[in-house]
Amino acid sequence: MACISPDGKLSESGMKMLNTLKSGSATPEDVARIALPPLFRVRSGLRELAQAGIVKTDGDKYLVTEKGMALKS
Amino acid sequence: MEELKEKVISLPRLGEPAPSFESTTTHGVLKLEDFKGNWLIMFSHPADFTPVCTTEFIAFAEIYPELQKRGVELLGLSVDSVSSHIAWVRNVEEKTGVKIPFPIIADLNKEVSLAYGMIHPGQSKTETVRCVFIIDPKQIIRTVLYYPLTTGRNMQEILRIIDALQMADEHHVATPANWKPGEKVVVPPPNTQEGAEERVKEGYECVDWYLCRKKI
Repeated sequence: MACISPDGKLSESGMKMLNTLKSGSATPEDVARIALPPLFRVRSGLRELAQAGIVKTDGDKYLVTEKGMALKS
Repeated sequence: MEELKEKVISLPRLGEPAPSFESTTTHGVLKLEDFKGNWLIMFSHPADFTPVCTTEFIAFAEIYPELQKRGVELLGLSVDSVSSHIAWVRNVEEKTGVKIPFPIIADLNKEVSLAYGMIHPGQSKTETVRCVFIIDPKQIIRTVLYYPLTTGRNMQEILRIIDALQMADEHHVATPANWKPGEKVVVPPPNTQEGAEERVKEGYECVDWYLCRKKI
């Protein structure tokens, strides 16, 4: 599922991924295990969140940016 | 048409890497590599809101839990728009109660269809035929099936192929005609004369050195 709607709002699945990452950086595999299988959806969703500047990559892990932290759960 | 002919000649073949793509789907933008580490059944259908395709989507949705147990994801494709796909899967759910749980590529520009040889002009110049590509976790094409527009696919055969491929990979064996899980498998034949002489003494159920079966 797309994580960000055309009006810029985070979908339920996008919010789940963001909240998982707010408790610490994680790989897509970790996020899928904790929050939202299947893995392909997490990989696609995290890429979308990264393009929007809400998360960023650090090696093979994703972490939340200041912009992402400012978004309310 | 010339471009189409050229693309059809370069059909992906068994044992080769699956052509990569990045496509709009009913679950957002997906890339082939998003499925890495899982088996993937990528299949095309001619068009949304058509009778045989609707029965196939319901049937794919019905085997989805069994596929998940085997670590397999499903990805549909046609040259319809994402809005058409969304309207169709919502209609299927409303009319039949079956939710379509897997994404569907909206291949409006036919980029993926052509890369995978899904358009067979002898059948239709504009629609994809009923293709099934079984792609392994390393993204190598392991099975290709083509069904004509008039014939819906057999889900039990697709499940059987997945079981057979996973059995072959895990146990380094082959599966005989009409094999089903639980039945004996074929031991790969030896490739030396010495191996052939030893094979019949190894305790397998053998017709001769080149056809031996065992239970897994």
